[in-house]
Amino acid sequence: MTQTRSTATETDDQKNRSPSSGATGMKLIVPLQGVVQGRGGLLLGSLIPCALFYFLQLYLKRNRSKNSSNPPSPSASSSNLPELPRSSSRTNLSSRGSIGRVPVSSLANMIAKPDSSPYYIGLERVFLDPYDPVNNPDGIIQLGLSANKLCLDLIEKWLSANVKESLIGTDDVSLSINGIAAYQPFDGTEEMKMAMSNFMSLVLGGSVKFDPSNIILTSGGTPAIEILSFCLADQGNAFLVPSPYYPGFDRDFRWRTGVDLIPVYCRSTDNFSLSITALEQAYSQARKRGVKVRGILFSNPSNPVGNLLSQDMLHSLVEFAQEKNIHIISDEIYAGSMYGSEKFVSIAEVLDLEYIDKSRVHIIYGLSKDFALPGFRVGALYSFNESVLAAAKKLTRFCSIPAPTQRLVASMLSDQRFVQEYISTNQKRIREVHKEFEAGLNKLGIKCAKSSAGVYCWADMSELIRPYSEKGELDLWEKFLSVAKISITPGSACHCIEPGWFRICFTTLDLEDIPLVIERFGRVVETCKSSG
Amino acid sequence: MGFTSEIHDYQLLSKIATNDKHGENSPYFDGWKAYDRDPFHPTKNPDGVIQMGLAENQLSFDLIEDWIMENPKASICTPEGVNQFKHIANFQDYHGLPEFTKGVANFMSKVRGGRVKFDPDRILMSGGATGANELIMFCLADPGDAFLVPSPYYPAFVRDLCWRTGIQIIPVHCDSSNNFKITREALEEAYQKAQEDNINVKGLIITNPSNPLGTTLDRETLKSAVSFINEKNIHLVCDEIYAATVFNSPGYVSVSEILQDIESINLDLIHVIYSLSKDMGLPGFRVGIVYSYNEEVVHCGRKMSSFGLVSSQTQHLLGAMLNDDEFVDGFLKESSRRLGKRHSVFTKGLEKEGISCLPSNAGLFVWMNLRKLLKEQTFEGEMMLWRDIINEVKLNVSPGSSFDCKEPGWFRVCFANMDDETVEVALRRIRAFVGKETTPSSSPKKPVKLKRWNSNLRLSLSSSRRFDETVLSPHNMMSPHSPLVQAT
Repeated sequence: MTQTRSTATETDDQKNRSPSSGATGMKLIVPLQGVVQGRGGLLLGSLIPCALFYFLQLYLKRNRSKNSSNPPSPSASSSNLPELPRSSSRTNLSSRGSIGRVPVSSLANMIAKPDSSPYYIGLERVFLDPYDPVNNPDGIIQLGLSANKLCLDLIEKWLSANVKESLIGTDDVSLSINGIAAYQPFDGTEEMKMAMSNFMSLVLGGSVKFDPSNIILTSGGTPAIEILSFCLADQGNAFLVPSPYYPGFDRDFRWRTGVDLIPVYCRSTDNFSLSITALEQAYSQARKRGVKVRGILFSNPSNPVGNLLSQDMLHSLVEFAQEKNIHIISDEIYAGSMYGSEKFVSIAEVLDLEYIDKSRVHIIYGLSKDFALPGFRVGALYSFNESVLAAAKKLTRFCSIPAPTQRLVASMLSDQRFVQEYISTNQKRIREVHKEFEAGLNKLGIKCAKSSAGVYCWADMSELIRPYSEKGELDLWEKFLSVAKISITPGSACHCIEPGWFRICFTTLDLEDIPLVIERFGRVVETCKSSG
Repeated sequence: MGFTSEIHDYQLLSKIATNDKHGENSPYFDGWKAYDRDPFHPTKNPDGVIQMGLAENQLSFDLIEDWIMENPKASICTPEGVNQFKHIANFQDYHGLPEFTKGVANFMSKVRGGRVKFDPDRILMSGGATGANELIMFCLADPGDAFLVPSPYYPAFVRDLCWRTGIQIIPVHCDSSNNFKITREALEEAYQKAQEDNINVKGLIITNPSNPLGTTLDRETLKSAVSFINEKNIHLVCDEIYAATVFNSPGYVSVSEILQDIESINLDLIHVIYSLSKDMGLPGFRVGIVYSYNEEVVHCGRKMSSFGLVSSQTQHLLGAMLNDDEFVDGFLKESSRRLGKRHSVFTKGLEKEGISCLPSNAGLFVWMNLRKLLKEQTFEGEMMLWRDIINEVKLNVSPGSSFDCKEPGWFRVCFANMDDETVEVALRRIRAFVGKETTPSSSPKKPVKLKRWNSNLRLSLSSSRRFDETVLSPHNMMSPHSPLVQAT
């Protein structure tokens, strides 16, 4: 497609150029007339310069097409990624090779470009060289993926003690495979919805009880975010998002939907807190540009900073949304991962006033962080809006949680005693590791933003970067990857406006691992300091 | 929630959320509603509606149950398997668990008699076949582009291929004059017309074995389709989710085998959709697979699989199951045998009543020919007959018009989602109905219990004439744990 287009343009150019070339050509014709005698003189005299110009164009065009950037062939675009081994299914057939470039979708073309976000590059690098204390002690330690491994032992213990909940029920025939292997309601079974809403009430609630009929279950938080984007905005619309923000929002919210995210920059001067003024500004600027803002998206507790939105701020946000007639999406997926002394307040808690229109508020939740089960793909979309629930329910056709997983998780979450124990132990362990880890960073002279929740520190390494810019930040990031063999997430991947901040996840570490990790940090920190 | 706030709500939502491309507003839902309100049960409700509109394979659950009981290690919630829990709970790599992708590649190969090998690295996960179809469309086509689809076709293609992707379907009509075979002429004609209408055709999607026909594509047709797309430089998506439901000759030929036979095919154009929902009868596990010969599509699709990754618990279980060669070989053979037997019992029973079906050798359904029972050879006639079948015969079957079939009088009837006794009941009812229909005297009709929704069975000629065969999972009313789902 692209190539045809470029040839077409050049033919047009040629056509455009020849009339003007006629004028300059006249300067050659007069002396030529003297050369060319006879009847055809004038004709030939005008033809020859035109012919010369034609050949000149042809020559230039050939050179231009040599230099023009041809769309990269598939093999080139994937060169930055680990080479997929040539499969036997293709090698037998591949001797014939590809014939010409096949048009895929524009979306595929965009995605096929090598990942420019350090967030994803980091994930890839760890995938290729993962740290293992025994098998690969020099591998890269993953501190860039916010996973919580601190309490998996508790879940394992519960499983061992509760094997009756396995795939095949022992006594009750109705619990057999006939039940869970078959098609289920795509937005989740009644049992699972009940279990999930109870869990959310416990973790998010406080005074709010979550209603199972307002929940849609999805295979992970990722499709839940995408579903809301598809439901609440059309292609070309935008959502405001306080930044720095979770890098995955760029994919989940924007990729296939065509909806844009407009960052509302927060700064270290007030610990990266959101202000309504900044929101107002961003909103007006968007309007001036002709962009229709359909809502605000934020994570609370915040990712990557780890701070909380106060009750007052939540009120103000709801009023702001009401005034502008837009939506609010609150991603509360870290609500159970609290370690500070502040109390978490869900946006659901500020909706009880009469004049508040609840139908514009939607909450994302899931078990990947608070309950350490990212592999199981359990996400939830909670909304007070019947129309959104109806549409989202249909969309779960594409992303349902499989029945065996629902059954297992529902029975786990229904064990109230276990859940209480898990949550409090989880918070205790996060607090311990966080304290040690942050202390270790502080000893190296690295300070972190004040935070109360999440599984990461938001570390200020601005004094270590040279120059004080995104480039300096990325250079440091690369040093951490290749020298210290640690993968952390640079602030630019999170759209942070101030360079030098890094998100470092600590919940994949045991207390014993911390000294090793801090020592590795130390390697790079020392080199940065010594190089002045 | 008053009227004004509903308008208010509506304006706050996107076009996608408020259009009807999901296909669930179709009047054909009334058949589902009929089943929901009055589901058949052999003892508790013997006069209820029998569900024959859901293509589910329930004939071989016991084989899988037995395997799971014998292999407790495969399940992480058994004492033998729980040591894997930590690793599995944390695993969210888009490449999938290696045992899982290897197992799927192994299974796919065995389904094709070992005649083709599949590369685990080309396997992408998605949320069921539904998710797989949508994912491949996102990778291959832009909004406004079109895909050719031979009709009759699976009604929910409209939702899966078009809803969020913005692409459009161009049907390539097939008819009974040649047993609904896809001809090169029909393909060329549809392609030409699209060119004239300035529609950018990005590819062709074929279902092999076919839903709703239950037939496998013969080698010549498949070769012709492959050479067609190759010539036009458009993509070929082969939806092969019924591949292991082949129970009779002619044997199954998959597109991957054709690739080995023909020279000079551009492999970047070929993509296969697969799932375990039909072949293994595990729709609840949500295992959708996209297999592409195009590196770029694999690369891009893998990133997109984040929207529908298969739960690691499922991957772990299936990884063990699908790599158990003895089990897989046994399962495929036995499942095929049971399907063949059920198909034979059902079609022979129908033949006794003078009802013929399109000769088929695969699938979980038959394409029933009821043209001679139509009062008029029109779609209105088909609708009237369909209403009668639901109200009087108490069978939920799917009328051909919902599959965009151009000839009225065809119905898709599923036979693999019930036990033998229920099949007998269904045949008895059909016998009674046909007997009544063919005798001129009008005997008094049995009183219909639920009258109020009858008037809603109106023919709607709007383009939203589609329905989702699997919106509801209502069949297991015996279980107190899975309540009936209400159609919305």
